[in-house]
Amino acid sequence: MSACLDIANLSAVLPNGQRVLRSVSLAVQPGEVRALVGESGAGKTMIGKAVLGVLPLSVRIVEGDMLLEGEDLGKLEPKARRTLIGARTALIPQDPLTALNPSRRIGPQMTDRLVRILGWSGERADSRIRQLLDEVQIRDPDRVLKSYPHELSGGMRQRVLIAAAFAAEPRLIVADEPTTALDVTVQKQILRLIATLQREHGTAILFVTHDLGVVAKISQKVSVLYAGKVVEEADTAALFAAPQHPYTRALMAATPRYTDPFASLKPVDEAVLAGLASEIAETDQAWRRPHG
Amino acid sequence: MDKGHASRHGVSPRLWLAGGWLLLALLAAIFAPLVAPQDPLAQDLMLERLPPFWLDGAEPGYWLGTDSLGRDLLSRLIFGGRIAFIVAFAAAIAACLVGSTLGLIAGYFGGWADRIISRVVDVWMAFPPVLFAILLVAVLGTGLSSVILAIAIIDWTRFCRVIRAEAMGQSRMDYVENARIAGYGRIGIMLREVLPNVVPSIVALLSLEMGIAVIVEAILSFVNLSISTDDPTWGSIIAEGRLSIHQAWWVLVFPLITLILTVLSFSQFGEALKARFDPVLR
Repeated sequence: MSACLDIANLSAVLPNGQRVLRSVSLAVQPGEVRALVGESGAGKTMIGKAVLGVLPLSVRIVEGDMLLEGEDLGKLEPKARRTLIGARTALIPQDPLTALNPSRRIGPQMTDRLVRILGWSGERADSRIRQLLDEVQIRDPDRVLKSYPHELSGGMRQRVLIAAAFAAEPRLIVADEPTTALDVTVQKQILRLIATLQREHGTAILFVTHDLGVVAKISQKVSVLYAGKVVEEADTAALFAAPQHPYTRALMAATPRYTDPFASLKPVDEAVLAGLASEIAETDQAWRRPHG
Repeated sequence: MDKGHASRHGVSPRLWLAGGWLLLALLAAIFAPLVAPQDPLAQDLMLERLPPFWLDGAEPGYWLGTDSLGRDLLSRLIFGGRIAFIVAFAAAIAACLVGSTLGLIAGYFGGWADRIISRVVDVWMAFPPVLFAILLVAVLGTGLSSVILAIAIIDWTRFCRVIRAEAMGQSRMDYVENARIAGYGRIGIMLREVLPNVVPSIVALLSLEMGIAVIVEAILSFVNLSISTDDPTWGSIIAEGRLSIHQAWWVLVFPLITLILTVLSFSQFGEALKARFDPVLR
């Protein structure tokens, strides 16, 4: 079975030559949820953006392949790549407040893509959107479709964005910390919704998060990222049962526990960070040799 | 939110006062031959320097008095309004089209397009605007179309700078990135996602620019560089009024009041319209 997304040896650099992605390899099988976990700045979002072809202009991919359902994104013409990415992937963004255009009504924003990019008829797009709004448990689709984004709550907007992401039946969805900007009670509902829709539609998800609790709930596989390098990769259950890398263990120890609410928060141990730094330096050295 | 409700349901006095004056002035200008009590060009030395209607020595039919050649001031102001409005609309729209288009391109595409456009704007703005206008009209020759052209050539930078900054901010928004992922082309995104969000600013600037165009036209007429000297313009009336300030103050004061009210109304009207056009403020 060929992977839905296969990233091999991906490296990206900033204009000053600093590597932001360090030979990242990871695969997402069809219908699988792969969590990408790490601290902020670890390059989680960068990987998502690289897959979707929206890296900032300053970040340059210098090595590696990205295969979307067997098609090598690096070898396609820009236009063909855009079309392929547009048809097979979607994004559930981090901040639902800025992910919808404030000056356009929800309805046209959602159907536009189906009609203009995928060539659906207006009625088909409309009924599809209504079906999806029903799936994300929006009870009054007529009102929502006529609203401007600012007239909806954050949770409602995120539901709309989830519905929009699933609408065109993409094979892969990149979920970029989709619950971070929401308050805790809404987070839970949204997470459950994404899990439900993922199961029903059989969509593969690359789930970017810094929250190990979310990882445990939603994913089957995990990649732990530090400074743009995958330090550990495992089945979710195995990772939580027996984390191999010291950094993963430290991350888990740093998670606050409900069972002991008065314990002070534990930062990642200095020794672990020192170990990571030398590990990173080693890989960089190994990488520089053939690359000058 | 509260502010939004007030402007949607209540009456915004700013919008109505400013809009009311502009409408009155515009209608008077359009129907000038019907509403002007006298021929604005008819000279009558028997009627020179008549004071406005509430002073001793006023003649009925000459409401705001006459100038030193006995021409009716009110009629001259009404006919002068025609030129003021034609220049205001034509010059502002021309400046807006050029400036907003370039600003949108610079702000959205960035890179080389932005660098080139921004440098041109910087150089352009280094010229003192009024001197630049006088120079341009001197080169282009006097006449209505050269006045309009001169104002548009000078003031497109005003639109360009503001719209560039706004488009740049919009381009960083997630919905622009989303549209990119969905597979829209760059120009499609610029027009469909970015443009609607800068329209409120374009509207406000457009109205403001109309006021500025009125001033620039008045300045050009004041220095006798606008259109032919026969047709009355607010600037040329002010210039005449300045000469007879001690004998007939009204020839200077009334056109000044008209000018100030009009320019102020344009800017206030623009601000009020901006609030109406913006879905978030609305």
